[in-house]
Amino acid sequence: MGATGVPAGAASVAVPDGPVARTSAPAPARQQELLRLLRQDCGSCHGMRLTGGLGPALTPEALSARPEAGLVATIVAGRPGTAMPPWRRFLSEAEAQWLVVRLVSGDVETVRD
Amino acid sequence: MIEAARRRPLACGNAFRPESRLRGVEPSLRLPRTEPGSGAARCRIPGAELAATLLVALAFACAPATPASAQTLRGTGDLGVVIERATGRVQVVDTSAKSSLATIAGLGDLSHASVVFSRDGRYAFVFGRDGGLTKIDLLEQKIARRVLQAGNSIGGAISQDGRVVAAQNYTPGGVRLFDAATLEPLAEIRAAPGLDGTPSKVVGLADAPGQRFVASLFDAGEIWVIDASDPRAPKVEKFTGIGRQPYDGFVTPDGRWYIAGLFGEDGLALLDLWHPERGVRRILDRYGKGEEKLPVYKMPHLRGWAIAAGYAYLPAIGRNEVLVVDTRDWNEVARVPVAGQPVFAIARPDARQVWVNFAFPDNGKVQVIDTETRSVAKTLEPGKAVLHLEFTPRGEAVWISARDDHKVVVYDTATLRPIATLAADSPSGIFFTTRAARMGF
Repeated sequence: MGATGVPAGAASVAVPDGPVARTSAPAPARQQELLRLLRQDCGSCHGMRLTGGLGPALTPEALSARPEAGLVATIVAGRPGTAMPPWRRFLSEAEAQWLVVRLVSGDVETVRD
Repeated sequence: MIEAARRRPLACGNAFRPESRLRGVEPSLRLPRTEPGSGAARCRIPGAELAATLLVALAFACAPATPASAQTLRGTGDLGVVIERATGRVQVVDTSAKSSLATIAGLGDLSHASVVFSRDGRYAFVFGRDGGLTKIDLLEQKIARRVLQAGNSIGGAISQDGRVVAAQNYTPGGVRLFDAATLEPLAEIRAAPGLDGTPSKVVGLADAPGQRFVASLFDAGEIWVIDASDPRAPKVEKFTGIGRQPYDGFVTPDGRWYIAGLFGEDGLALLDLWHPERGVRRILDRYGKGEEKLPVYKMPHLRGWAIAAGYAYLPAIGRNEVLVVDTRDWNEVARVPVAGQPVFAIARPDARQVWVNFAFPDNGKVQVIDTETRSVAKTLEPGKAVLHLEFTPRGEAVWISARDDHKVVVYDTATLRPIATLAADSPSGIFFTTRAARMGF
Protein backbone atom coordinates (compact mmCIF):
# COMPACT_ATOMS: atom_id res chain seq x y z
CA MET A 1 0.00 0.00 0.00
CA GLY A 2 2.26 2.74 -1.21
CA ALA A 3 1.66 6.26 -2.37
CA THR A 4 -0.14 5.04 -5.45
CA GLY A 5 -1.98 2.29 -3.60
CA VAL A 6 -3.95 -0.59 -5.01
CA PRO A 7 -6.20 0.14 -7.98
CA ALA A 8 -9.64 1.13 -6.77
CA GLY A 9 -11.16 -1.81 -8.58
CA ALA A 10 -9.19 -4.17 -6.34
CA ALA A 11 -11.20 -3.12 -3.30
CA SER A 12 -12.72 -6.20 -1.75
CA VAL A 13 -16.06 -4.45 -1.35
CA ALA A 14 -18.30 -4.90 -4.37
CA VAL A 15 -19.10 -1.53 -5.88
CA PRO A 16 -21.15 -0.60 -8.90
CA ASP A 17 -19.30 0.82 -11.87
CA GLY A 18 -20.04 4.24 -13.20
CA PRO A 19 -21.35 7.38 -11.57
CA VAL A 20 -23.25 7.23 -8.33
CA ALA A 21 -26.71 8.74 -8.25
CA ARG A 22 -26.52 12.39 -7.15
CA THR A 23 -28.14 13.15 -3.87
CA SER A 24 -28.92 16.45 -2.26
CA ALA A 25 -26.01 18.21 -0.58
CA PRO A 26 -25.73 18.14 3.22
CA ALA A 27 -26.89 21.24 5.13
CA PRO A 28 -24.27 24.00 5.29
CA ALA A 29 -23.36 23.38 8.93
CA ARG A 30 -22.93 19.68 8.25
CA GLN A 31 -20.79 20.48 5.21
CA GLN A 32 -18.40 22.34 7.47
CA GLU A 33 -18.33 19.40 9.88
CA LEU A 34 -17.53 17.03 7.05
CA LEU A 35 -14.76 19.22 5.69
CA ARG A 36 -13.34 19.51 9.15
CA LEU A 37 -13.49 15.74 9.60
CA LEU A 38 -11.70 15.41 6.27
CA ARG A 39 -8.86 17.72 7.23
CA GLN A 40 -8.37 16.73 10.82
CA ASP A 41 -9.30 13.08 11.05
CA CYS A 42 -8.80 11.76 7.52
CA GLY A 43 -5.80 14.08 7.72
CA SER A 44 -4.27 11.94 10.49
CA CYS A 45 -3.14 9.56 7.76
CA HIS A 46 -3.64 11.51 4.51
CA GLY A 47 -2.13 14.76 5.77
CA MET A 48 -3.96 17.90 6.87
CA ARG A 49 -3.39 19.29 3.39
CA LEU A 50 -4.34 15.90 1.93
CA THR A 51 -0.96 15.56 0.25
CA GLY A 52 -0.50 12.09 1.72
CA GLY A 53 1.04 10.49 4.75
CA LEU A 54 0.74 6.89 5.84
CA GLY A 55 -2.26 6.92 3.49
CA PRO A 56 -2.08 8.11 -0.12
CA ALA A 57 -2.62 11.69 -1.29
CA LEU A 58 -6.25 12.76 -1.81
CA THR A 59 -5.51 15.57 -4.24
CA PRO A 60 -7.51 15.91 -7.48
CA GLU A 61 -4.45 14.68 -9.44
CA ALA A 62 -4.11 11.61 -7.24
CA LEU A 63 -7.81 10.77 -7.50
CA SER A 64 -8.42 11.60 -11.14
CA ALA A 65 -8.08 8.04 -12.46
CA ARG A 66 -10.32 6.47 -9.84
CA PRO A 67 -14.02 5.78 -10.24
CA GLU A 68 -16.11 7.85 -7.86
CA ALA A 69 -18.13 4.88 -6.67
CA GLY A 70 -14.98 3.06 -5.57
CA LEU A 71 -13.86 6.09 -3.59
CA VAL A 72 -17.24 6.32 -1.86
CA ALA A 73 -17.12 2.62 -1.00
CA THR A 74 -13.59 2.97 0.36
CA ILE A 75 -14.67 5.78 2.68
CA VAL A 76 -17.78 4.04 3.91
CA ALA A 77 -16.49 0.48 4.19
CA GLY A 78 -12.74 0.91 4.50
CA ARG A 79 -10.24 -1.23 2.65
CA PRO A 80 -9.42 -4.51 4.37
CA GLY A 81 -5.76 -5.39 4.47
CA THR A 82 -4.76 -1.75 4.57
CA ALA A 83 -4.83 0.89 7.30
CA MET A 84 -8.02 2.46 5.86
CA PRO A 85 -10.87 1.95 8.35
CA PRO A 86 -14.60 2.11 7.58
CA TRP A 87 -16.08 5.53 8.35
CA ARG A 88 -19.77 4.61 8.14
CA ARG A 89 -20.15 5.25 11.84
CA PHE A 90 -19.44 8.93 11.24
CA LEU A 91 -20.97 9.72 7.88
CA SER A 92 -23.61 8.42 5.49
CA GLU A 93 -22.98 7.17 1.98
CA ALA A 94 -24.59 10.33 0.61
CA GLU A 95 -22.22 12.43 2.69
CA ALA A 96 -19.25 10.37 1.53
CA GLN A 97 -20.44 10.92 -2.03
CA TRP A 98 -20.58 14.68 -1.43
CA LEU A 99 -17.03 14.60 0.00
CA VAL A 100 -15.72 12.65 -2.98
CA VAL A 101 -17.11 15.21 -5.39
CA ARG A 102 -15.44 17.97 -3.40
CA LEU A 103 -12.15 16.04 -3.25
CA VAL A 104 -12.08 15.33 -6.95
CA SER A 105 -12.70 18.99 -7.71
CA GLY A 106 -10.18 20.13 -5.08
CA ASP A 107 -12.80 22.25 -3.36
CA VAL A 108 -12.22 21.27 0.25
CA GLU A 109 -11.55 24.52 2.07
CA THR A 110 -13.52 25.05 5.23
CA VAL A 111 -14.97 28.43 6.07
CA ARG A 112 -12.95 28.41 9.29
CA ASP A 113 -10.79 25.54 10.48
CA MET B 1 11.05 38.54 43.79
CA ILE B 2 14.12 36.65 42.67
CA GLU B 3 11.81 34.03 41.27
CA ALA B 4 9.82 36.62 39.42
CA ALA B 5 12.93 38.14 37.91
CA ARG B 6 14.17 34.79 36.75
CA ARG B 7 10.89 33.72 35.33
CA ARG B 8 10.31 36.78 33.26
CA PRO B 9 13.51 37.53 31.45
CA LEU B 10 11.68 39.38 28.69
CA ALA B 11 9.57 41.54 30.89
CA CYS B 12 11.87 44.54 30.73
CA GLY B 13 11.63 45.01 27.02
CA ASN B 14 11.67 43.32 23.69
CA ALA B 15 14.60 44.86 21.90
CA PHE B 16 14.90 41.97 19.47
CA ARG B 17 11.61 42.73 17.82
CA PRO B 18 13.22 44.58 14.94
CA GLU B 19 15.63 41.74 14.31
CA SER B 20 12.74 39.30 14.41
CA ARG B 21 11.10 41.24 11.63
CA LEU B 22 14.23 41.15 9.55
CA ARG B 23 14.43 37.40 9.87
CA GLY B 24 10.85 36.95 8.81
CA VAL B 25 9.72 35.95 12.24
CA GLU B 26 6.24 37.02 13.18
CA PRO B 27 6.62 40.32 14.99
CA SER B 28 3.95 39.69 17.59
CA LEU B 29 6.28 38.62 20.34
CA ARG B 30 4.05 37.30 23.08
CA LEU B 31 5.07 38.59 26.42
CA PRO B 32 4.11 36.75 29.57
CA ARG B 33 0.86 37.87 31.06
CA THR B 34 1.63 40.54 33.65
CA GLU B 35 -0.28 41.99 36.51
CA PRO B 36 -1.09 45.70 36.21
CA GLY B 37 1.68 47.88 37.54
CA SER B 38 4.05 45.00 38.09
CA GLY B 39 6.43 45.89 35.29
CA ALA B 40 8.47 48.38 37.26
CA ALA B 41 8.62 46.13 40.29
CA ARG B 42 10.19 43.39 38.27
CA CYS B 43 13.12 45.60 37.36
CA ARG B 44 13.82 46.61 40.92
CA ILE B 45 17.06 45.20 42.28
CA PRO B 46 15.86 41.99 43.81
CA GLY B 47 18.01 41.72 46.93
CA ALA B 48 21.46 41.25 48.34
CA GLU B 49 21.41 37.47 48.00
CA LEU B 50 21.29 37.65 44.23
CA ALA B 51 24.55 36.74 42.55
CA ALA B 52 26.54 39.63 41.18
CA THR B 53 26.46 38.30 37.65
CA LEU B 54 22.72 38.10 37.65
CA LEU B 55 22.54 41.65 38.96
CA VAL B 56 24.62 42.85 36.07
CA ALA B 57 22.45 40.95 33.64
CA LEU B 58 19.29 42.40 35.12
CA ALA B 59 20.72 45.90 35.06
CA PHE B 60 21.46 45.51 31.38
CA ALA B 61 18.10 43.99 30.77
CA CYS B 62 16.41 47.02 32.29
CA ALA B 63 18.43 49.55 30.32
CA PRO B 64 16.55 50.93 27.32
CA ALA B 65 18.84 50.16 24.36
CA THR B 66 20.34 46.85 25.29
CA PRO B 67 21.67 44.18 22.96
CA ALA B 68 19.50 41.08 22.86
CA SER B 69 22.32 38.91 24.14
CA ALA B 70 22.31 40.59 27.54
CA GLN B 71 18.56 40.35 27.84
CA THR B 72 18.42 36.69 27.08
CA LEU B 73 21.03 35.59 29.59
CA ARG B 74 19.20 32.58 30.87
CA GLY B 75 19.17 28.81 30.63
CA THR B 76 16.85 26.79 28.41
CA GLY B 77 16.08 23.93 30.78
CA ASP B 78 12.55 25.15 31.37
CA LEU B 79 11.80 26.08 27.78
CA GLY B 80 9.96 24.21 25.07
CA VAL B 81 7.91 24.58 21.93
CA VAL B 82 4.23 24.13 21.11
CA ILE B 83 3.34 23.36 17.50
CA GLU B 84 0.48 25.36 15.97
CA ARG B 85 -0.26 22.81 13.27
CA ALA B 86 -2.70 24.65 11.02
CA THR B 87 -0.75 27.87 10.67
CA GLY B 88 2.84 26.66 10.44
CA ARG B 89 3.92 28.40 13.62
CA VAL B 90 5.52 27.38 16.88
CA GLN B 91 5.30 29.03 20.24
CA VAL B 92 8.33 29.16 22.49
CA VAL B 93 7.08 28.48 26.00
CA ASP B 94 8.45 28.76 29.53
CA THR B 95 7.33 25.93 31.81
CA SER B 96 8.33 27.77 35.01
CA ALA B 97 6.32 30.89 34.23
CA LYS B 98 3.69 28.79 32.41
CA SER B 99 3.69 31.35 29.67
CA SER B 100 4.37 31.81 26.00
CA LEU B 101 7.49 33.82 25.21
CA ALA B 102 7.24 34.17 21.44
CA THR B 103 5.58 32.90 18.31
CA ILE B 104 7.71 32.00 15.32
CA ALA B 105 6.07 31.70 11.91
CA GLY B 106 7.08 30.42 8.52
CA LEU B 107 7.63 26.73 9.23
CA GLY B 108 5.38 25.36 6.48
CA ASP B 109 3.00 22.42 6.93
CA LEU B 110 3.21 21.36 10.56
CA SER B 111 0.28 18.95 10.49
CA HIS B 112 2.41 16.08 11.79
CA ALA B 113 5.35 17.99 13.17
CA SER B 114 7.80 16.56 15.63
CA VAL B 115 10.81 18.08 17.35
CA VAL B 116 14.24 17.09 18.67
CA PHE B 117 16.65 19.33 20.57
CA SER B 118 20.33 20.10 20.33
CA ARG B 119 22.14 18.71 23.31
CA ASP B 120 22.84 22.17 24.70
CA GLY B 121 19.08 22.66 24.79
CA ARG B 122 19.27 25.86 22.80
CA TYR B 123 18.00 24.76 19.41
CA ALA B 124 14.83 22.93 18.41
CA PHE B 125 14.82 21.00 15.14
CA VAL B 126 11.28 20.94 13.79
CA PHE B 127 10.36 18.31 11.18
CA GLY B 128 7.37 19.39 9.10
CA ARG B 129 4.99 17.28 7.04
CA ASP B 130 6.07 19.05 3.86
CA GLY B 131 9.71 18.00 4.31
CA GLY B 132 10.75 21.26 5.94
CA LEU B 133 13.48 20.95 8.56
CA THR B 134 13.72 24.12 10.64
CA LYS B 135 16.28 24.89 13.32
CA ILE B 136 14.89 27.31 15.88
CA ASP B 137 16.98 29.28 18.33
CA LEU B 138 15.00 29.24 21.57
CA LEU B 139 17.02 32.08 23.10
CA GLU B 140 16.86 34.49 20.20
CA GLN B 141 13.41 33.15 19.37
CA LYS B 142 13.89 33.05 15.65
CA ILE B 143 14.58 30.64 12.83
CA ALA B 144 18.31 29.93 12.74
CA ARG B 145 18.26 27.75 9.63
CA ARG B 146 15.72 26.04 7.44
CA VAL B 147 15.88 23.53 4.58
CA LEU B 148 13.29 21.70 2.52
CA GLN B 149 14.66 18.19 2.58
CA ALA B 150 11.88 15.95 1.23
CA GLY B 151 8.38 15.97 -0.24
CA ASN B 152 6.65 14.37 2.72
CA SER B 153 8.20 13.83 6.10
CA ILE B 154 7.08 12.54 9.44
CA GLY B 155 9.75 13.20 12.03
CA GLY B 156 13.36 12.71 12.97
CA ALA B 157 16.01 12.07 15.56
CA ILE B 158 19.35 13.43 16.72
CA SER B 159 22.50 11.36 17.17
CA GLN B 160 24.04 10.38 20.48
CA ASP B 161 26.79 13.00 20.11
CA GLY B 162 24.34 15.65 18.96
CA ARG B 163 26.13 16.27 15.67
CA VAL B 164 23.84 14.52 13.21
CA VAL B 165 20.15 15.13 12.65
CA ALA B 166 18.24 12.37 10.85
CA ALA B 167 14.92 12.94 9.08
CA GLN B 168 12.50 10.10 8.35
CA ASN B 169 10.63 10.55 5.13
CA TYR B 170 7.59 9.18 3.38
CA THR B 171 8.33 10.78 0.00
CA PRO B 172 10.88 9.85 -1.10
CA GLY B 173 10.84 7.02 1.41
CA GLY B 174 14.09 6.97 3.35
CA VAL B 175 16.28 8.64 5.91
CA ARG B 176 18.40 11.71 5.35
CA LEU B 177 21.27 12.81 7.55
CA PHE B 178 22.18 16.45 8.20
CA ASP B 179 24.89 18.34 10.02
CA ALA B 180 23.17 19.58 13.19
CA ALA B 181 25.15 22.82 13.16
CA THR B 182 24.58 23.86 9.55
CA LEU B 183 21.79 21.55 8.27
CA GLU B 184 24.15 20.66 5.45
CA PRO B 185 23.03 17.31 3.92
CA LEU B 186 25.45 14.49 4.71
CA ALA B 187 23.87 11.32 3.35
CA GLU B 188 20.69 9.82 1.98
CA ILE B 189 19.55 6.30 2.74
CA ARG B 190 16.81 5.23 0.36
CA ALA B 191 14.32 2.76 1.83
CA ALA B 192 13.64 -0.68 0.34
CA PRO B 193 10.58 -0.73 -1.89
CA GLY B 194 7.14 -1.92 -0.87
CA LEU B 195 4.77 -3.90 -3.08
CA ASP B 196 4.13 -0.99 -5.41
CA GLY B 197 7.84 -0.59 -6.16
CA THR B 198 8.32 2.82 -4.56
CA PRO B 199 10.59 3.24 -1.53
CA SER B 200 8.89 2.42 1.77
CA LYS B 201 7.62 5.06 4.09
CA VAL B 202 9.95 5.26 7.07
CA VAL B 203 8.39 5.22 10.53
CA GLY B 204 9.62 4.86 14.09
CA LEU B 205 13.02 6.47 13.71
CA ALA B 206 14.95 6.44 16.99
CA ASP B 207 18.45 7.29 18.13
CA ALA B 208 20.49 4.55 19.77
CA PRO B 209 23.89 4.31 21.45
CA GLY B 210 26.92 4.00 19.19
CA GLN B 211 25.90 6.82 16.86
CA ARG B 212 23.14 4.63 15.51
CA PHE B 213 19.65 5.30 14.27
CA VAL B 214 16.99 2.62 14.03
CA ALA B 215 13.96 2.86 11.78
CA SER B 216 11.11 0.72 10.46
CA LEU B 217 9.88 0.47 6.89
CA PHE B 218 6.08 0.50 6.77
CA ASP B 219 5.64 -0.94 3.30
CA ALA B 220 8.59 -3.36 3.18
CA GLY B 221 8.22 -4.69 6.72
CA GLU B 222 11.85 -4.24 7.71
CA ILE B 223 13.89 -2.72 10.54
CA TRP B 224 17.10 -0.95 9.60
CA VAL B 225 19.94 -0.08 11.96
CA ILE B 226 21.95 2.81 10.59
CA ASP B 227 25.45 3.36 11.94
CA ALA B 228 26.22 7.05 11.40
CA SER B 229 29.70 7.01 12.95
CA ASP B 230 30.81 8.34 9.60
CA PRO B 231 27.71 10.35 8.73
CA ARG B 232 28.80 10.86 5.13
CA ALA B 233 29.07 7.09 4.64
CA PRO B 234 26.55 5.46 6.98
CA LYS B 235 26.43 1.69 7.25
CA VAL B 236 23.03 -0.01 7.23
CA GLU B 237 22.18 -3.35 8.80
CA LYS B 238 18.85 -4.67 7.53
CA PHE B 239 16.40 -6.96 9.28
CA THR B 240 13.82 -8.28 6.84
CA GLY B 241 10.56 -10.10 7.38
CA ILE B 242 10.01 -8.53 10.79
CA GLY B 243 6.22 -8.38 10.37
CA ARG B 244 3.65 -6.61 8.22
CA GLN B 245 3.21 -2.84 8.31
CA PRO B 246 5.28 -1.62 11.25
CA TYR B 247 3.59 1.71 12.05
CA ASP B 248 5.92 3.18 14.68
CA GLY B 249 8.80 2.24 16.92
CA PHE B 250 10.74 3.35 19.97
CA VAL B 251 13.84 2.58 22.01
CA THR B 252 13.80 1.94 25.74
CA PRO B 253 15.27 4.67 27.96
CA ASP B 254 18.60 2.79 28.19
CA GLY B 255 18.82 2.54 24.42
CA ARG B 256 19.04 -1.24 24.45
CA TRP B 257 15.73 -2.41 23.00
CA TYR B 258 14.03 -1.22 19.85
CA ILE B 259 10.38 -2.13 19.51
CA ALA B 260 8.17 -1.66 16.46
CA GLY B 261 4.39 -1.92 16.58
CA LEU B 262 2.79 -3.91 13.76
CA PHE B 263 -0.43 -2.86 12.11
CA GLY B 264 -0.71 -5.76 9.68
CA GLU B 265 -0.45 -8.61 12.17
CA ASP B 266 -0.46 -9.42 15.86
CA GLY B 267 2.30 -8.47 18.26
CA LEU B 268 5.35 -6.24 18.16
CA ALA B 269 8.85 -6.69 16.73
CA LEU B 270 11.72 -6.55 19.23
CA LEU B 271 15.41 -5.98 18.48
CA ASP B 272 18.15 -6.22 21.12
CA LEU B 273 20.63 -3.50 20.15
CA TRP B 274 23.24 -5.05 22.41
CA HIS B 275 22.94 -8.18 20.28
CA PRO B 276 21.64 -7.33 16.86
CA GLU B 277 23.15 -10.60 15.63
CA ARG B 278 20.35 -12.40 17.47
CA GLY B 279 17.86 -10.83 15.09
CA VAL B 280 14.34 -9.51 15.51
CA ARG B 281 11.83 -11.52 17.48
CA ARG B 282 8.11 -11.21 17.96
CA ILE B 283 6.62 -10.35 21.32
CA LEU B 284 3.01 -10.19 22.51
CA ASP B 285 1.98 -12.19 19.48
CA ARG B 286 -0.94 -13.64 21.35
CA TYR B 287 -2.53 -10.35 22.21
CA GLY B 288 -5.55 -9.86 20.07
CA LYS B 289 -5.18 -13.21 18.39
CA GLY B 290 -8.41 -14.36 16.83
CA GLU B 291 -10.24 -11.26 18.01
CA GLU B 292 -11.69 -8.67 15.69
CA LYS B 293 -9.72 -5.43 15.84
CA LEU B 294 -11.66 -2.19 16.13
CA PRO B 295 -11.29 0.19 13.19
CA VAL B 296 -8.22 2.35 13.78
CA TYR B 297 -8.88 6.04 13.10
CA LYS B 298 -5.47 7.17 14.24
CA MET B 299 -2.29 5.14 14.58
CA PRO B 300 -0.87 4.91 18.10
CA HIS B 301 2.42 6.69 18.72
CA LEU B 302 5.03 4.62 20.46
CA ARG B 303 7.71 7.24 20.73
CA GLY B 304 6.26 8.71 23.87
CA TRP B 305 6.90 5.33 25.49
CA ALA B 306 6.06 4.72 29.06
CA ILE B 307 8.51 2.55 30.91
CA ALA B 308 7.48 2.60 34.54
CA ALA B 309 9.18 0.57 37.26
CA GLY B 310 10.32 -2.17 34.91
CA TYR B 311 7.09 -2.37 32.95
CA ALA B 312 6.28 -0.95 29.55
CA TYR B 313 2.84 0.58 29.07
CA LEU B 314 2.00 0.30 25.39
CA PRO B 315 -1.04 1.55 23.50
CA ALA B 316 -2.84 -1.48 22.09
CA ILE B 317 -3.73 -1.08 18.44
CA GLY B 318 -7.36 -1.57 17.50
CA ARG B 319 -8.55 -2.01 21.08
CA ASN B 320 -9.44 0.14 24.04
CA GLU B 321 -6.58 -1.07 26.19
CA VAL B 322 -3.13 -0.21 27.42
CA LEU B 323 -0.87 -3.28 27.53
CA VAL B 324 1.47 -3.76 30.46
CA VAL B 325 4.62 -5.66 29.55
CA ASP B 326 7.43 -6.89 31.80
CA THR B 327 10.62 -5.47 30.27
CA ARG B 328 12.74 -8.34 31.73
CA ASP B 329 11.14 -11.03 29.59
CA TRP B 330 8.75 -9.01 27.37
CA ASN B 331 5.71 -10.97 28.44
CA GLU B 332 2.33 -9.34 28.86
CA VAL B 333 1.38 -9.07 32.52
CA ALA B 334 -1.81 -7.00 32.41
CA ARG B 335 -4.19 -5.00 30.26
CA VAL B 336 -5.71 -1.78 31.50
CA PRO B 337 -9.14 -1.05 29.99
CA VAL B 338 -9.32 2.59 28.92
CA ALA B 339 -11.80 5.04 27.39
CA GLY B 340 -10.80 4.62 23.76
CA GLN B 341 -7.97 3.57 21.49
CA PRO B 342 -4.82 5.00 23.05
CA VAL B 343 -2.55 7.20 20.95
CA PHE B 344 0.09 8.22 23.49
CA ALA B 345 0.79 6.45 26.80
CA ILE B 346 3.40 8.49 28.63
CA ALA B 347 4.86 7.94 32.09
CA ARG B 348 5.24 10.77 34.55
CA PRO B 349 9.01 11.03 35.12
CA ASP B 350 8.72 9.37 38.54
CA ALA B 351 6.79 6.49 36.90
CA ARG B 352 3.92 6.56 39.38
CA GLN B 353 1.39 7.57 36.72
CA VAL B 354 0.91 6.90 33.03
CA TRP B 355 -1.17 9.45 31.15
CA VAL B 356 -3.07 8.36 28.05
CA ASN B 357 -4.85 10.21 25.27
CA PHE B 358 -7.09 8.74 22.61
CA ALA B 359 -7.88 8.51 18.93
CA PHE B 360 -10.94 10.07 17.31
CA PRO B 361 -13.77 9.96 18.36
CA ASP B 362 -12.69 9.64 22.02
CA ASN B 363 -10.09 12.37 21.74
CA GLY B 364 -11.71 14.72 24.26
CA LYS B 365 -10.51 12.59 27.15
CA VAL B 366 -7.27 11.93 28.97
CA GLN B 367 -6.93 9.14 31.50
CA VAL B 368 -4.44 8.78 34.32
CA ILE B 369 -3.33 5.22 35.11
CA ASP B 370 -2.00 4.52 38.59
CA THR B 371 0.97 2.22 37.94
CA GLU B 372 0.70 0.65 41.38
CA THR B 373 -2.85 -0.60 40.91
CA ARG B 374 -2.68 -0.67 37.09
CA SER B 375 -6.08 0.93 36.87
CA VAL B 376 -7.47 4.26 35.76
CA ALA B 377 -7.31 6.69 38.66
CA LYS B 378 -9.03 9.57 36.93
CA THR B 379 -10.61 10.59 33.63
CA LEU B 380 -10.05 14.19 32.58
CA GLU B 381 -11.64 16.25 29.85
CA PRO B 382 -9.09 18.93 29.06
CA GLY B 383 -10.74 20.08 25.83
CA LYS B 384 -11.71 19.08 22.31
CA ALA B 385 -9.30 16.96 20.26
CA VAL B 386 -6.45 16.30 22.66
CA LEU B 387 -3.43 15.57 20.49
CA HIS B 388 -0.43 15.42 22.78
CA LEU B 389 0.88 15.77 26.29
CA GLU B 390 4.30 16.56 27.72
CA PHE B 391 5.58 16.48 31.29
CA THR B 392 7.74 19.18 32.81
CA PRO B 393 11.28 17.94 33.52
CA ARG B 394 10.49 16.41 36.88
CA GLY B 395 6.82 15.88 36.29
CA GLU B 396 5.01 18.18 38.72
CA ALA B 397 2.95 19.38 35.79
CA VAL B 398 1.83 18.13 32.40
CA TRP B 399 0.94 20.27 29.39
CA ILE B 400 -1.92 19.03 27.22
CA SER B 401 -2.87 20.36 23.78
CA ALA B 402 -6.56 20.62 22.84
CA ARG B 403 -6.55 21.29 19.10
CA ASP B 404 -10.19 22.22 18.57
CA ASP B 405 -10.40 24.41 21.65
CA HIS B 406 -7.25 26.24 20.57
CA LYS B 407 -5.65 25.96 23.96
CA VAL B 408 -2.97 24.23 25.98
CA VAL B 409 -4.02 23.23 29.47
CA VAL B 410 -1.46 22.71 32.24
CA TYR B 411 -2.40 20.17 34.93
CA ASP B 412 -0.91 19.71 38.35
CA THR B 413 -0.07 15.99 38.35
CA ALA B 414 -0.55 15.63 42.12
CA THR B 415 -4.02 17.17 42.34
CA LEU B 416 -4.98 16.30 38.73
CA ARG B 417 -6.47 19.79 38.43
CA PRO B 418 -5.80 22.39 35.73
CA ILE B 419 -3.56 25.19 36.93
CA ALA B 420 -3.03 27.27 33.77
CA THR B 421 -4.33 27.69 30.25
CA LEU B 422 -2.47 29.13 27.29
CA ALA B 423 -4.05 30.20 24.02
CA ALA B 424 -2.68 28.45 20.93
CA ASP B 425 -3.96 28.10 17.38
CA SER B 426 -4.79 24.41 16.73
CA PRO B 427 -2.00 23.18 18.99
CA SER B 428 -0.59 19.69 18.44
CA GLY B 429 2.83 18.53 19.64
CA ILE B 430 4.37 19.92 22.83
CA PHE B 431 8.11 19.40 23.26
CA PHE B 432 10.29 20.45 26.20
CA THR B 433 14.08 20.74 26.17
CA THR B 434 14.40 17.89 28.68
CA ARG B 435 14.26 15.71 25.57
CA ALA B 436 17.75 16.89 24.66
CA ALA B 437 19.22 14.60 27.29
CA ARG B 438 16.95 11.58 26.84
CA MET B 439 17.62 8.69 24.51
CA GLY B 440 14.81 7.95 22.11
CA PHE B 441 13.55 11.52 22.17
